[in-house]
Amino acid sequence: MMATIARKDLRSLFATPLGWIVLAVAAFITAFYFFLPWIDAYLAIEPRLGELANPPGITEAIVAPMCRSVGLLFVLIVPILSMRAVSEERRNHTLTLLVSAPVSMTEIVLGKFIALTAFLWLVCCLPVLMALSLYAGGRLDLGLFAANIGGLVLLGAALAAVGVAVSASTRNPIITAVVTLCLLLGSWIMGFAITDPSSILRYLSVGDHYEGFYRGLVDTADIAFYLLLTVAALGLAIRRLDRDRLQG
Amino acid sequence: MSPPDSTSTLSAVSLARRFGSRSAVRHVSLELKQGEVAGLLGPNGAGKTTTMQMLTGNLAPHHGQIAVMGVDLLQAPKAAKAHIGYLPEIAPLYRELTVDEYLRFAARLHGVRAGALKAAVEAAKERCGLAEVGRRCLGVLSKGYQQRAGIAQAIVHNPPVVILDEPTVGLDPIQIREIRALIRSIGGAHSVLLSTHILPEVEATCDRVHIMHHGHLVYSDSIQGLRERRHEHRLLVEWRTPPEPSALTAIPGITEVATLGPGRFHVRFRPDADPTDALLRLSLAHGWGLQLIEPAHASLEEVFVKLTQSEATEEPDRPTTGASRP
Repeated sequence: MMATIARKDLRSLFATPLGWIVLAVAAFITAFYFFLPWIDAYLAIEPRLGELANPPGITEAIVAPMCRSVGLLFVLIVPILSMRAVSEERRNHTLTLLVSAPVSMTEIVLGKFIALTAFLWLVCCLPVLMALSLYAGGRLDLGLFAANIGGLVLLGAALAAVGVAVSASTRNPIITAVVTLCLLLGSWIMGFAITDPSSILRYLSVGDHYEGFYRGLVDTADIAFYLLLTVAALGLAIRRLDRDRLQG
Repeated sequence: MSPPDSTSTLSAVSLARRFGSRSAVRHVSLELKQGEVAGLLGPNGAGKTTTMQMLTGNLAPHHGQIAVMGVDLLQAPKAAKAHIGYLPEIAPLYRELTVDEYLRFAARLHGVRAGALKAAVEAAKERCGLAEVGRRCLGVLSKGYQQRAGIAQAIVHNPPVVILDEPTVGLDPIQIREIRALIRSIGGAHSVLLSTHILPEVEATCDRVHIMHHGHLVYSDSIQGLRERRHEHRLLVEWRTPPEPSALTAIPGITEVATLGPGRFHVRFRPDADPTDALLRLSLAHGWGLQLIEPAHASLEEVFVKLTQSEATEEPDRPTTGASRP
Protein backbone atom coordinates (compact mmCIF):
# COMPACT_ATOMS: atom_id res chain seq x y z
CA MET A 1 0.00 0.00 0.00
CA MET A 2 2.82 2.40 0.85
CA ALA A 3 4.44 1.54 -2.46
CA THR A 4 1.13 2.13 -4.27
CA ILE A 5 0.78 5.60 -2.77
CA ALA A 6 4.45 6.46 -3.34
CA ARG A 7 4.26 5.30 -6.94
CA LYS A 8 1.13 7.38 -7.55
CA ASP A 9 2.81 10.46 -6.04
CA LEU A 10 5.88 10.09 -8.23
CA ARG A 11 3.73 9.49 -11.28
CA SER A 12 1.70 12.62 -10.51
CA LEU A 13 4.89 14.58 -9.99
CA PHE A 14 6.27 13.59 -13.38
CA ALA A 15 2.90 13.91 -15.12
CA THR A 16 3.13 17.65 -14.45
CA PRO A 17 6.06 19.87 -15.42
CA LEU A 18 6.96 20.46 -11.75
CA GLY A 19 9.03 17.31 -11.29
CA TRP A 20 10.96 17.86 -14.49
CA ILE A 21 11.55 21.55 -13.82
CA VAL A 22 12.87 20.94 -10.32
CA LEU A 23 15.14 18.18 -11.64
CA ALA A 24 16.40 20.35 -14.51
CA VAL A 25 17.05 23.37 -12.29
CA ALA A 26 18.81 21.15 -9.74
CA ALA A 27 21.03 19.71 -12.49
CA PHE A 28 21.83 23.19 -13.82
CA ILE A 29 22.67 24.65 -10.41
CA THR A 30 24.71 21.63 -9.36
CA ALA A 31 26.75 21.66 -12.54
CA PHE A 32 27.31 25.39 -13.02
CA TYR A 33 27.52 26.62 -9.44
CA PHE A 34 28.58 23.67 -7.31
CA PHE A 35 30.81 21.64 -9.63
CA LEU A 36 32.49 23.53 -12.48
CA PRO A 37 33.61 26.55 -10.38
CA TRP A 38 35.35 24.21 -7.92
CA ILE A 39 37.15 22.47 -10.79
CA ASP A 40 38.32 25.83 -12.13
CA ALA A 41 39.50 26.87 -8.69
CA TYR A 42 41.30 23.57 -8.21
CA LEU A 43 43.02 23.79 -11.58
CA ALA A 44 44.09 27.37 -10.81
CA ILE A 45 45.91 26.34 -7.63
CA GLU A 46 47.04 22.90 -8.78
CA PRO A 47 50.55 23.96 -9.90
CA ARG A 48 51.32 25.27 -6.43
CA LEU A 49 49.85 22.26 -4.59
CA GLY A 50 53.07 20.32 -4.99
CA GLU A 51 54.72 22.72 -2.55
CA LEU A 52 52.39 21.53 0.24
CA ALA A 53 53.36 18.60 2.41
CA ASN A 54 49.82 17.08 2.36
CA PRO A 55 47.95 18.55 -0.61
CA PRO A 56 44.11 18.15 -0.84
CA GLY A 57 42.87 15.62 -3.42
CA ILE A 58 40.09 16.26 -5.90
CA THR A 59 37.52 14.51 -3.69
CA GLU A 60 38.31 16.81 -0.81
CA ALA A 61 38.57 19.93 -2.95
CA ILE A 62 35.69 19.37 -5.39
CA VAL A 63 33.35 16.47 -4.53
CA ALA A 64 32.83 17.15 -0.82
CA PRO A 65 31.98 20.87 -1.26
CA MET A 66 29.64 19.95 -4.11
CA CYS A 67 27.80 17.40 -1.97
CA ARG A 68 27.45 19.86 0.89
CA SER A 69 25.96 22.40 -1.50
CA VAL A 70 23.51 19.80 -2.81
CA GLY A 71 22.40 19.42 0.82
CA LEU A 72 21.49 23.11 0.76
CA LEU A 73 19.71 22.50 -2.53
CA PHE A 74 17.56 19.90 -0.71
CA VAL A 75 16.55 22.61 1.75
CA LEU A 76 15.15 24.57 -1.19
CA ILE A 77 13.56 21.62 -3.02
CA VAL A 78 11.73 20.05 -0.06
CA PRO A 79 9.41 23.05 0.55
CA ILE A 80 8.31 23.02 -3.11
CA LEU A 81 7.54 19.30 -3.12
CA SER A 82 6.08 19.13 0.38
CA MET A 83 3.25 21.39 -0.81
CA ARG A 84 1.97 18.49 -2.86
CA ALA A 85 2.43 15.79 -0.26
CA VAL A 86 -0.64 16.21 1.93
CA SER A 87 -1.79 19.86 1.84
CA GLU A 88 -2.67 19.84 -1.81
CA GLU A 89 -4.45 16.49 -1.54
CA ARG A 90 -6.43 17.88 1.34
CA ARG A 91 -7.31 21.05 -0.54
CA ASN A 92 -8.29 19.15 -3.69
CA HIS A 93 -10.39 16.76 -1.58
CA THR A 94 -8.44 13.78 -2.90
CA LEU A 95 -7.19 12.87 0.57
CA THR A 96 -10.66 11.42 1.17
CA LEU A 97 -9.88 8.68 -1.35
CA LEU A 98 -6.84 7.61 0.66
CA VAL A 99 -8.55 7.87 4.05
CA SER A 100 -11.64 5.93 2.86
CA ALA A 101 -9.48 3.14 1.43
CA PRO A 102 -8.42 0.22 3.61
CA VAL A 103 -5.13 1.93 4.37
CA SER A 104 -3.87 3.14 7.75
CA MET A 105 -2.75 6.72 8.39
CA THR A 106 0.76 5.34 8.92
CA GLU A 107 0.77 3.81 5.46
CA ILE A 108 -0.44 7.07 3.90
CA VAL A 109 2.29 9.09 5.61
CA LEU A 110 5.00 6.54 4.79
CA GLY A 111 3.86 6.46 1.16
CA LYS A 112 4.17 10.24 0.94
CA PHE A 113 7.55 10.13 2.69
CA ILE A 114 8.90 7.42 0.37
CA ALA A 115 7.87 9.41 -2.72
CA LEU A 116 9.52 12.63 -1.52
CA THR A 117 12.66 10.83 -0.35
CA ALA A 118 12.91 8.91 -3.61
CA PHE A 119 12.82 12.19 -5.52
CA LEU A 120 15.61 13.65 -3.35
CA TRP A 121 17.68 10.51 -3.84
CA LEU A 122 17.15 10.93 -7.55
CA VAL A 123 18.61 14.42 -7.21
CA CYS A 124 21.51 12.75 -5.35
CA CYS A 125 22.40 10.95 -8.56
CA LEU A 126 23.52 14.30 -10.03
CA PRO A 127 26.58 14.81 -7.77
CA VAL A 128 27.35 11.08 -7.99
CA LEU A 129 27.49 11.21 -11.79
CA MET A 130 29.44 14.46 -11.82
CA ALA A 131 31.94 13.09 -9.30
CA LEU A 132 32.38 9.92 -11.34
CA SER A 133 33.15 12.09 -14.40
CA LEU A 134 36.30 13.20 -12.56
CA TYR A 135 37.75 9.76 -13.23
CA ALA A 136 38.54 11.24 -16.65
CA GLY A 137 41.43 13.12 -15.06
CA GLY A 138 42.17 11.59 -11.68
CA ARG A 139 41.15 9.23 -8.94
CA LEU A 140 38.53 9.68 -6.20
CA ASP A 141 38.94 9.03 -2.52
CA LEU A 142 36.09 6.51 -2.39
CA GLY A 143 35.80 6.56 1.40
CA LEU A 144 35.26 10.31 1.53
CA PHE A 145 32.98 10.14 -1.49
CA ALA A 146 30.83 7.42 0.10
CA ALA A 147 30.62 9.34 3.40
CA ASN A 148 29.35 12.42 1.59
CA ILE A 149 26.76 10.51 -0.43
CA GLY A 150 25.68 8.59 2.68
CA GLY A 151 25.28 11.88 4.49
CA LEU A 152 23.15 13.25 1.64
CA VAL A 153 20.94 10.14 1.70
CA LEU A 154 20.29 10.51 5.43
CA LEU A 155 19.86 14.28 5.20
CA GLY A 156 17.39 13.85 2.33
CA ALA A 157 15.26 11.42 4.33
CA ALA A 158 15.21 13.69 7.39
CA LEU A 159 14.29 16.80 5.39
CA ALA A 160 11.58 14.89 3.50
CA ALA A 161 10.07 13.72 6.79
CA VAL A 162 9.95 17.30 8.11
CA GLY A 163 8.31 18.40 4.84
CA VAL A 164 5.64 15.70 5.11
CA ALA A 165 4.97 16.61 8.75
CA VAL A 166 4.42 20.29 7.91
CA SER A 167 2.30 19.30 4.93
CA ALA A 168 0.11 17.08 7.11
CA SER A 169 -0.50 19.99 9.48
CA THR A 170 -2.19 22.44 7.11
CA ARG A 171 -4.52 22.50 4.14
CA ASN A 172 -2.88 25.48 2.46
CA PRO A 173 0.02 24.47 0.17
CA ILE A 174 1.59 27.94 0.27
CA ILE A 175 1.72 27.90 4.06
CA THR A 176 3.29 24.46 3.88
CA ALA A 177 6.01 25.74 1.56
CA VAL A 178 6.75 28.84 3.62
CA VAL A 179 6.78 27.06 6.98
CA THR A 180 8.95 24.22 5.65
CA LEU A 181 11.39 26.67 4.12
CA CYS A 182 11.62 28.70 7.33
CA LEU A 183 12.17 25.59 9.44
CA LEU A 184 14.77 23.98 7.19
CA LEU A 185 16.67 27.10 6.14
CA GLY A 186 16.58 28.45 9.68
CA SER A 187 17.89 25.17 10.99
CA TRP A 188 20.59 25.06 8.32
CA ILE A 189 21.78 28.61 9.00
CA MET A 190 21.84 27.94 12.74
CA GLY A 191 24.73 25.54 12.07
CA PHE A 192 27.18 28.27 11.13
CA ALA A 193 25.49 31.38 12.53
CA ILE A 194 25.94 30.14 16.09
CA THR A 195 29.64 30.03 16.80
CA ASP A 196 29.47 28.46 20.26
CA PRO A 197 30.05 24.75 19.51
CA SER A 198 28.37 23.59 22.72
CA SER A 199 25.10 25.43 22.03
CA ILE A 200 22.00 23.21 21.95
CA LEU A 201 20.61 25.23 19.03
CA ARG A 202 23.68 24.49 17.01
CA TYR A 203 23.31 20.83 17.87
CA LEU A 204 19.77 20.88 16.47
CA SER A 205 20.91 22.24 13.11
CA VAL A 206 20.33 19.80 10.25
CA GLY A 207 23.31 21.28 8.40
CA ASP A 208 25.75 21.02 11.29
CA HIS A 209 25.36 17.25 11.44
CA TYR A 210 26.47 17.05 7.84
CA GLU A 211 29.91 18.46 8.67
CA GLY A 212 31.17 15.06 9.84
CA PHE A 213 30.18 13.39 6.59
CA TYR A 214 31.77 16.33 4.73
CA ARG A 215 35.12 15.59 6.34
CA GLY A 216 34.71 11.86 5.84
CA LEU A 217 33.96 11.28 9.50
CA VAL A 218 30.98 8.93 9.85
CA ASP A 219 29.76 9.46 13.41
CA THR A 220 26.94 7.32 14.83
CA ALA A 221 25.70 10.41 16.67
CA ASP A 222 25.09 12.18 13.34
CA ILE A 223 23.43 9.09 11.84
CA ALA A 224 21.24 8.76 14.93
CA PHE A 225 20.31 12.45 14.75
CA TYR A 226 19.05 12.15 11.19
CA LEU A 227 17.21 8.89 11.86
CA LEU A 228 15.59 10.24 15.03
CA LEU A 229 14.54 13.42 13.25
CA THR A 230 12.99 11.29 10.46
CA VAL A 231 11.08 9.07 12.87
CA ALA A 232 9.89 11.95 15.05
CA ALA A 233 8.68 14.00 12.06
CA LEU A 234 6.84 11.02 10.59
CA GLY A 235 5.22 10.29 13.96
CA LEU A 236 4.01 13.88 14.10
CA ALA A 237 2.70 13.66 10.54
CA ILE A 238 0.66 10.53 11.37
CA ARG A 239 -0.86 12.22 14.42
CA ARG A 240 -1.68 15.33 12.43
CA LEU A 241 -3.38 13.33 9.72
CA ASP A 242 -5.43 11.37 12.24
CA ARG A 243 -6.55 14.64 13.79
CA ASP A 244 -8.64 15.32 10.65
CA ARG A 245 -10.70 12.24 11.46
CA LEU A 246 -11.05 13.08 15.13
CA GLN A 247 -11.71 16.81 14.94
CA GLY A 248 -13.24 17.16 11.47
CA MET B 1 -32.15 -6.48 -10.29
CA SER B 2 -31.61 -9.45 -8.06
CA PRO B 3 -34.33 -10.10 -5.53
CA PRO B 4 -33.67 -8.09 -2.37
CA ASP B 5 -32.05 -10.18 0.29
CA SER B 6 -32.78 -9.48 3.91
CA THR B 7 -29.15 -9.70 5.06
CA SER B 8 -27.80 -6.44 6.36
CA THR B 9 -24.63 -5.11 4.77
CA LEU B 10 -24.22 -1.90 6.72
CA SER B 11 -25.59 -1.04 10.10
CA ALA B 12 -25.08 2.06 12.18
CA VAL B 13 -26.42 2.34 15.69
CA SER B 14 -27.04 5.60 17.50
CA LEU B 15 -24.40 7.70 15.74
CA ALA B 16 -23.67 11.11 17.18
CA ARG B 17 -21.17 13.76 16.21
CA ARG B 18 -20.56 17.29 17.47
CA PHE B 19 -18.49 20.09 16.01
CA GLY B 20 -17.51 22.15 18.99
CA SER B 21 -20.77 22.79 20.80
CA ARG B 22 -22.92 22.24 17.72
CA SER B 23 -24.50 18.83 17.30
CA ALA B 24 -24.31 17.86 13.64
CA VAL B 25 -25.73 14.36 14.00
CA ARG B 26 -27.74 12.98 16.89
CA HIS B 27 -28.65 9.33 17.49
CA VAL B 28 -28.89 8.30 13.89
CA SER B 29 -29.40 4.58 13.32
CA LEU B 30 -29.37 3.22 9.81
CA GLU B 31 -29.46 -0.17 8.22
CA LEU B 32 -28.71 -1.10 4.65
CA LYS B 33 -29.83 -4.39 3.16
CA GLN B 34 -28.19 -6.32 0.39
CA GLY B 35 -29.14 -5.18 -3.11
CA GLU B 36 -31.03 -2.19 -1.78
CA VAL B 37 -30.72 1.42 -2.90
CA ALA B 38 -31.42 3.67 0.06
CA GLY B 39 -31.74 7.42 -0.11
CA LEU B 40 -30.60 9.72 2.65
CA LEU B 41 -32.76 12.76 2.15
CA GLY B 42 -32.70 16.08 3.88
CA PRO B 43 -32.27 19.80 3.43
CA ASN B 44 -28.77 21.23 3.24
CA GLY B 45 -27.11 21.16 6.63
CA ALA B 46 -29.24 18.28 7.93
CA GLY B 47 -26.17 16.14 8.67
CA LYS B 48 -26.20 13.88 5.62
CA THR B 49 -22.56 14.42 4.70
CA THR B 50 -21.42 14.15 8.31
CA THR B 51 -23.27 10.82 8.62
CA MET B 52 -21.65 9.53 5.43
CA GLN B 53 -18.21 10.66 6.55
CA MET B 54 -18.70 8.65 9.74
CA LEU B 55 -19.95 5.59 7.84
CA THR B 56 -16.83 5.64 5.63
CA GLY B 57 -14.29 6.19 8.40
CA ASN B 58 -13.46 9.77 7.44
CA LEU B 59 -14.79 11.15 10.67
CA ALA B 60 -14.76 9.56 14.11
CA PRO B 61 -18.22 9.51 15.73
CA HIS B 62 -18.50 10.72 19.32
CA HIS B 63 -21.00 8.00 20.03
CA GLY B 64 -22.38 4.92 18.35
CA GLN B 65 -21.30 1.86 16.43
CA ILE B 66 -20.86 1.08 12.75
CA ALA B 67 -20.60 -2.40 11.27
CA VAL B 68 -19.89 -3.13 7.61
CA MET B 69 -20.56 -6.74 6.60
CA GLY B 70 -20.41 -7.55 10.30
CA VAL B 71 -16.97 -5.93 10.76
CA ASP B 72 -16.78 -3.11 13.29
CA LEU B 73 -15.50 0.02 11.52
CA LEU B 74 -14.01 1.56 14.65
CA GLN B 75 -12.32 -1.62 15.93
CA ALA B 76 -11.06 -2.96 12.61
CA PRO B 77 -11.07 0.01 10.22
CA LYS B 78 -8.94 -1.57 7.49
CA ALA B 79 -11.04 -4.74 7.24
CA ALA B 80 -14.30 -2.76 7.32
CA LYS B 81 -13.22 -0.12 4.79
CA ALA B 82 -12.32 -2.84 2.29
CA HIS B 83 -16.08 -3.49 1.97
CA ILE B 84 -16.97 0.14 1.20
CA GLY B 85 -16.82 2.24 -1.93
CA TYR B 86 -17.27 5.95 -1.30
CA LEU B 87 -17.86 8.90 -3.57
CA PRO B 88 -17.65 12.07 -1.47
CA GLU B 89 -19.54 15.26 -2.25
CA ILE B 90 -16.55 16.53 -4.22
CA ALA B 91 -15.18 13.68 -6.31
CA PRO B 92 -11.60 12.88 -5.23
CA LEU B 93 -9.99 13.12 -8.65
CA TYR B 94 -6.31 13.52 -9.43
CA ARG B 95 -6.63 15.86 -12.38
CA GLU B 96 -3.20 15.05 -13.80
CA LEU B 97 -3.86 11.29 -14.05
CA THR B 98 -5.65 9.55 -16.89
CA VAL B 99 -8.87 7.64 -16.19
CA ASP B 100 -7.01 4.33 -16.53
CA GLU B 101 -4.19 5.37 -14.22
CA TYR B 102 -6.65 6.71 -11.69
CA LEU B 103 -8.81 3.59 -11.62
CA ARG B 104 -5.76 1.34 -11.43
CA PHE B 105 -4.56 3.35 -8.45
CA ALA B 106 -7.97 3.23 -6.77
CA ALA B 107 -8.19 -0.54 -7.32
CA ARG B 108 -4.69 -1.16 -5.93
CA LEU B 109 -5.41 1.08 -2.99
CA HIS B 110 -8.49 -1.00 -2.19
CA GLY B 111 -6.50 -4.21 -2.28
CA VAL B 112 -7.37 -5.55 -5.73
CA ARG B 113 -4.59 -8.03 -6.54
CA ALA B 114 -2.31 -7.41 -9.51
CA GLY B 115 -3.73 -10.33 -11.46
CA ALA B 116 -7.30 -9.07 -11.21
CA LEU B 117 -6.44 -5.40 -11.70
CA LYS B 118 -6.97 -5.12 -15.44
CA ALA B 119 -10.30 -6.92 -15.38
CA ALA B 120 -11.54 -4.82 -12.44
CA VAL B 121 -10.63 -1.54 -14.16
CA GLU B 122 -12.19 -2.64 -17.44
CA ALA B 123 -15.39 -3.75 -15.71
CA ALA B 124 -15.72 -0.48 -13.82
CA LYS B 125 -15.12 1.55 -16.98
CA GLU B 126 -17.65 -0.53 -18.86
CA ARG B 127 -20.35 -0.08 -16.22
CA CYS B 128 -19.79 3.65 -15.92
CA GLY B 129 -19.54 4.33 -19.64
CA LEU B 130 -15.91 5.40 -19.51
CA ALA B 131 -14.59 2.97 -22.12
CA GLU B 132 -13.73 5.66 -24.68
CA VAL B 133 -12.05 8.11 -22.35
CA GLY B 134 -9.64 5.72 -20.58
CA ARG B 135 -6.53 7.48 -21.86
CA ARG B 136 -7.67 11.04 -21.23
CA CYS B 137 -6.69 13.11 -18.23
CA LEU B 138 -9.35 13.54 -15.57
CA GLY B 139 -8.78 17.29 -15.52
CA VAL B 140 -9.95 17.78 -19.11
CA LEU B 141 -13.09 15.63 -18.87
CA SER B 142 -16.56 17.16 -18.64
CA LYS B 143 -18.30 17.29 -15.29
CA GLY B 144 -20.50 14.33 -16.21
CA TYR B 145 -17.54 12.13 -17.07
CA GLN B 146 -15.68 13.26 -13.97
CA GLN B 147 -18.65 12.22 -11.87
CA ARG B 148 -18.72 8.83 -13.62
CA ALA B 149 -15.02 8.43 -12.90
CA GLY B 150 -15.83 9.19 -9.26
CA ILE B 151 -18.50 6.48 -9.24
CA ALA B 152 -16.19 4.05 -11.10
CA GLN B 153 -13.60 4.62 -8.38
CA ALA B 154 -16.20 3.66 -5.77
CA ILE B 155 -17.15 0.37 -7.43
CA VAL B 156 -13.84 -0.74 -8.96
CA HIS B 157 -13.03 -3.11 -6.08
CA ASN B 158 -16.57 -4.52 -6.20
CA PRO B 159 -17.52 -3.56 -2.65
CA PRO B 160 -20.77 -4.81 -1.10
CA VAL B 161 -21.58 -1.30 0.14
CA VAL B 162 -21.43 1.80 -2.08
CA ILE B 163 -21.92 5.22 -0.50
CA LEU B 164 -22.54 8.17 -2.81
CA ASP B 165 -22.77 11.71 -1.46
CA GLU B 166 -24.97 13.85 -3.72
CA PRO B 167 -23.92 12.03 -6.90
CA THR B 168 -25.99 14.16 -9.30
CA VAL B 169 -25.22 17.66 -8.06
CA GLY B 170 -24.06 20.00 -10.81
CA LEU B 171 -25.04 17.75 -13.71
CA ASP B 172 -27.40 18.58 -16.57
CA PRO B 173 -30.78 16.75 -16.82
CA ILE B 174 -29.55 14.16 -19.33
CA GLN B 175 -26.48 13.38 -17.25
CA ILE B 176 -28.69 13.14 -14.16
CA ARG B 177 -30.83 10.51 -15.89
CA GLU B 178 -27.75 8.55 -16.91
CA ILE B 179 -26.24 8.67 -13.44
CA ARG B 180 -29.56 7.61 -11.89
CA ALA B 181 -29.78 4.64 -14.27
CA LEU B 182 -26.19 3.80 -13.37
CA ILE B 183 -27.00 3.91 -9.66
CA ARG B 184 -30.01 1.65 -10.16
CA SER B 185 -27.84 -0.85 -12.04
CA ILE B 186 -25.23 -0.75 -9.27
CA GLY B 187 -28.01 -1.41 -6.76
CA GLY B 188 -28.55 -4.90 -8.15
CA ALA B 189 -25.24 -6.27 -6.94
CA HIS B 190 -24.28 -3.81 -4.22
CA SER B 191 -26.10 -2.00 -1.45
CA VAL B 192 -26.17 1.68 -2.24
CA LEU B 193 -26.68 4.57 0.13
CA LEU B 194 -26.99 7.89 -1.64
CA SER B 195 -27.66 11.31 -0.24
CA THR B 196 -29.63 14.03 -1.92
CA HIS B 197 -31.81 16.98 -1.19
CA ILE B 198 -33.89 16.37 -4.30
CA LEU B 199 -37.11 14.46 -3.59
CA PRO B 200 -37.88 13.13 -7.08
CA GLU B 201 -34.38 11.68 -7.15
CA VAL B 202 -35.20 9.45 -4.20
CA GLU B 203 -38.45 8.39 -5.82
CA ALA B 204 -36.69 7.64 -9.10
CA THR B 205 -33.76 5.65 -7.75
CA CYS B 206 -34.35 4.36 -4.24
CA ASP B 207 -36.08 1.41 -2.60
CA ARG B 208 -35.98 2.95 0.85
CA VAL B 209 -35.81 6.46 2.14
CA HIS B 210 -34.32 7.92 5.30
CA ILE B 211 -35.13 11.55 5.95
CA MET B 212 -32.79 13.63 8.09
CA HIS B 213 -33.46 16.98 9.65
CA HIS B 214 -31.31 18.94 12.07
CA GLY B 215 -29.12 15.91 12.69
CA HIS B 216 -32.01 13.57 13.48
CA LEU B 217 -33.41 10.75 11.43
CA VAL B 218 -37.07 11.78 11.28
CA TYR B 219 -38.44 9.19 8.87
CA SER B 220 -37.37 5.76 7.62
CA ASP B 221 -39.57 3.70 5.36
CA SER B 222 -39.80 2.07 1.96
CA ILE B 223 -40.62 4.23 -1.05
CA GLN B 224 -43.99 2.46 -1.09
CA GLY B 225 -44.60 3.65 2.47
CA LEU B 226 -43.72 7.18 1.47
CA ARG B 227 -46.17 7.02 -1.44
CA GLU B 228 -48.94 5.77 0.85
CA ARG B 229 -48.23 8.56 3.24
CA ARG B 230 -48.96 10.94 0.40
CA HIS B 231 -52.41 9.48 -0.10
CA GLU B 232 -54.88 11.87 1.44
CA HIS B 233 -58.41 10.53 0.79
CA ARG B 234 -59.25 13.52 -1.34
CA LEU B 235 -60.58 13.85 -4.87
CA LEU B 236 -60.08 16.69 -7.28
CA VAL B 237 -63.29 17.10 -9.32
CA GLU B 238 -64.27 19.57 -12.06
CA TRP B 239 -67.71 20.06 -13.67
CA ARG B 240 -68.97 22.38 -16.47
CA THR B 241 -72.26 23.03 -14.64
CA PRO B 242 -71.40 22.30 -11.04
CA PRO B 243 -73.92 21.28 -8.43
CA GLU B 244 -74.40 23.07 -5.14
CA PRO B 245 -71.75 21.99 -2.57
CA SER B 246 -74.63 20.96 -0.32
CA ALA B 247 -75.67 18.36 -2.92
CA LEU B 248 -72.19 16.88 -2.70
CA THR B 249 -71.97 16.73 1.09
CA ALA B 250 -75.20 14.73 1.01
CA ILE B 251 -73.39 11.84 -0.72
CA PRO B 252 -72.48 9.15 1.83
CA GLY B 253 -68.79 9.13 2.76
CA ILE B 254 -68.03 12.70 1.79
CA THR B 255 -66.97 14.71 4.81
CA GLU B 256 -65.92 18.01 3.37
CA VAL B 257 -66.13 19.95 0.10
CA ALA B 258 -63.81 22.81 -0.68
CA THR B 259 -64.38 25.09 -3.67
CA LEU B 260 -61.14 25.78 -5.51
CA GLY B 261 -62.53 27.85 -8.38
CA PRO B 262 -65.52 27.93 -10.74
CA GLY B 263 -66.63 24.30 -11.02
CA ARG B 264 -63.50 22.97 -9.29
CA PHE B 265 -63.73 21.18 -5.94
CA HIS B 266 -61.62 19.25 -3.49
CA VAL B 267 -63.79 16.50 -2.04
CA ARG B 268 -62.56 14.89 1.18
CA PHE B 269 -64.00 11.50 2.14
CA ARG B 270 -63.83 8.84 4.84
CA PRO B 271 -61.05 6.26 4.16
CA ASP B 272 -63.57 3.41 4.11
CA ALA B 273 -66.05 4.99 1.67
CA ASP B 274 -64.64 6.08 -1.69
CA PRO B 275 -67.42 8.19 -3.35
CA THR B 276 -65.98 8.08 -6.90
CA ASP B 277 -68.69 5.75 -8.29
CA ALA B 278 -71.48 7.74 -6.69
CA LEU B 279 -70.08 10.99 -8.10
CA LEU B 280 -69.92 9.52 -11.62
CA ARG B 281 -73.51 8.22 -11.43
CA LEU B 282 -74.86 11.53 -10.14
CA SER B 283 -72.98 13.57 -12.75
CA LEU B 284 -74.49 11.51 -15.55
CA ALA B 285 -77.98 11.55 -14.03
CA HIS B 286 -78.02 15.32 -13.45
CA GLY B 287 -75.97 16.35 -16.47
CA TRP B 288 -73.32 18.25 -14.46
CA GLY B 289 -70.82 17.72 -17.28
CA LEU B 290 -67.92 15.97 -15.54
CA GLN B 291 -64.55 17.13 -16.88
CA LEU B 292 -62.06 15.80 -14.38
CA ILE B 293 -61.95 13.43 -11.45
CA GLU B 294 -58.70 12.27 -9.89
CA PRO B 295 -57.33 11.28 -6.49
CA ALA B 296 -55.42 14.17 -4.97
CA HIS B 297 -51.95 13.45 -3.54
CA ALA B 298 -49.98 15.54 -1.23
CA SER B 299 -46.88 16.42 -3.19
CA LEU B 300 -43.64 14.94 -1.93
CA GLU B 301 -42.66 18.45 -0.97
CA GLU B 302 -45.69 18.71 1.28
CA VAL B 303 -44.87 15.39 2.95
CA PHE B 304 -41.29 16.49 3.36
CA VAL B 305 -42.23 19.84 4.84
CA LYS B 306 -44.72 18.15 7.16
CA LEU B 307 -42.12 15.68 8.40
CA THR B 308 -39.39 18.21 8.91
CA GLN B 309 -41.66 20.82 10.46
CA SER B 310 -43.23 18.43 12.94
CA GLU B 311 -39.73 17.54 14.05
CA ALA B 312 -38.82 21.18 14.39
CA THR B 313 -41.77 21.91 16.64
CA GLU B 314 -41.07 18.88 18.82
CA GLU B 315 -37.57 20.15 19.33
CA PRO B 316 -37.87 23.78 20.34
CA ASP B 317 -34.39 23.91 21.88
CA ARG B 318 -32.60 22.96 18.70
CA PRO B 319 -29.30 24.75 18.29
CA THR B 320 -29.03 27.63 15.90
CA THR B 321 -27.80 26.51 12.52
CA GLY B 322 -25.01 28.25 10.71
CA ALA B 323 -22.64 28.10 13.64
CA SER B 324 -19.15 27.88 12.28
CA ARG B 325 -17.10 24.76 12.65
CA PRO B 326 -14.09 25.00 14.90
